[in-house]
Amino acid sequence: MSQNNSLFNYILKIADNQLILGHRLSEQSSKGPFLEEDIACSNIALDLIGAANSLYIYAASIQGENKTEDDLVFLRSERDYKNVLLVEQPNTDFAFLMLRQFLFDTYDFYFQQALLNSKDETLAAIAAKTLKESTYHLRHSGNWMIRLGDGTTESAMRLKNAMNQLWCFIDELFEQDETEIALVAQGIAVDSNAIKAQFDNHVASIMQNAGMDIPTNIFMQKGGKQGVHTEHLGFLLAEMQYVHRSFPGVKW
Amino acid sequence: MNSLKLDENQLIENFEAKLAKNEMIEPKDWMPEQYRKHLIRQISQHAHSEIIGMQPEGNWITRAPSMRRKMVLLAKVQDEAGHGLYLYSAAESMGISREEMLYQLHTGAAKYSSIFNYPTLTWADMGAIGWLVDGAAIMNQVMLQRTSYGPYSRAMVRICKEESFHQRQGYEIMTVLAAGTPAQKEMAQDALNRWWWPSLMMFGPRDEESPNSAQAIKWKIKRETNDQLRQRFVNQTVPQVEKIGLIVPDKDIKWNDAKNGYDFGEINWDEFWTVVKGNGPCNKTRIAAKIKSHEEGAWVREAANAHAAKINKNKAA
Ligand SMILES: [Fe+2]
Ligand SMILES: [Fe+2]
Ligand SMILES: [Fe+2]
Repeated sequence: MSQNNSLFNYILKIADNQLILGHRLSEQSSKGPFLEEDIACSNIALDLIGAANSLYIYAASIQGENKTEDDLVFLRSERDYKNVLLVEQPNTDFAFLMLRQFLFDTYDFYFQQALLNSKDETLAAIAAKTLKESTYHLRHSGNWMIRLGDGTTESAMRLKNAMNQLWCFIDELFEQDETEIALVAQGIAVDSNAIKAQFDNHVASIMQNAGMDIPTNIFMQKGGKQGVHTEHLGFLLAEMQYVHRSFPGVKW
Repeated sequence: MNSLKLDENQLIENFEAKLAKNEMIEPKDWMPEQYRKHLIRQISQHAHSEIIGMQPEGNWITRAPSMRRKMVLLAKVQDEAGHGLYLYSAAESMGISREEMLYQLHTGAAKYSSIFNYPTLTWADMGAIGWLVDGAAIMNQVMLQRTSYGPYSRAMVRICKEESFHQRQGYEIMTVLAAGTPAQKEMAQDALNRWWWPSLMMFGPRDEESPNSAQAIKWKIKRETNDQLRQRFVNQTVPQVEKIGLIVPDKDIKWNDAKNGYDFGEINWDEFWTVVKGNGPCNKTRIAAKIKSHEEGAWVREAANAHAAKINKNKAA
């Protein structure tokens, strides 16, 4: 794989995570438990989709051939998307979607912090902007973990159920393939092994405050980074892409 | 005549003197009960309209055809939620709680703008809504910046800044579609056909059918009548339609030199009242969706309150 190719694929992996999670959260717009929370979630969805957009623009510029961010978002299919399985899981209740946010936010916060040191200046610059947003996202979802865990018997039970459903997607966040390891060696990509301890510590301390146990002995699911997704992603893309694909090549 | 009665006459006199001098009425000021009632009804309906209005547009966030359009639409829907928040606060300053207002919305006791009881069927509807619906709302809201109740007026000043951006993005969507392929242009014309008349209905019944309106103008809550605002909207919008090569779906549209404005056809008032009375295409689904998310959120609100109560107790201990 050429240098440009591996950088291109690496950017897409980061962007796809942000876009798909932002999409899931945007599905909740106007459906929040109360108005202020609705606004907060729309704001976070917008941050995620905006961060993805900056990355797609960068990826399209590397690809050349007059490609745009929209080509990358609307014209790639299920097997081309490289997001982790965690972010594509469909919304069920508020505990589930907020835990999904929290787990990703924790990963993303340390990831963006490490990406600041990337030798790729564009990636580092995008990370600097994204990190400010991730800091807020992490505080927001972390506070909810404590509120839900400590709140009522029902909220604690719902959070526990969500934990049992989502924990199997954690290891994939830190999985690296050969091209990524090569980019780490060049100082471009983040060494996700190096942020695993920070992730574990933060999750453990928040969950301790929330009175939640971290599940053990859960079989870890993987595949998103290779484009082998859960069945949910196809429906998400079908919805997201159909208007764009129905009118090939037009301006919007 | 007792002294209490005299006091009240004095209070009314002061209130009317303030209005005459175009001074704002503030929450701590005395105001006639009817003025308070009128405003609570108007402001809460306005807030509900912002909130229910999130649904028809929220319907297209996940399907927006480009990243830029998706982000703008998401930001717009978020703005509308913010408008709802300012307006609920303005209404709360008159002594009604948010819970009470939501209860009125969910039970049908409070109305919201009927325009949101029409379905959004294609992407072009996002253009038509921003352009026409936000455009019509702006006519009303620009006037309300000078409304006599201080918190309402200030909420309007903040809201108007964002609304003009909403209108521009909507018109831009339509401009691009109208200049696009025949299929895109057809989509734009179809959206215009469906949203034109309901947008004219947004200004409410004709002046002679609108008895509350005269009182609202006397109190300087409103400063122009429904028909005046509607005429201004038509005058502003017809040239915009023509500029992008679309057709106003009204064969009676004609420039009238004498009144320096357009003549236009008769609104279908049967349809207007049908939707107001709850039988529009989406009245039931909009409220059902609102109640559903409110009910599904109940355990979340309870958890947040329970946690906050524990924290407060620990602090006190
Ligand atoms: Fe933000
Ligand atoms: Fe608004
Ligand atoms: Fe608006």
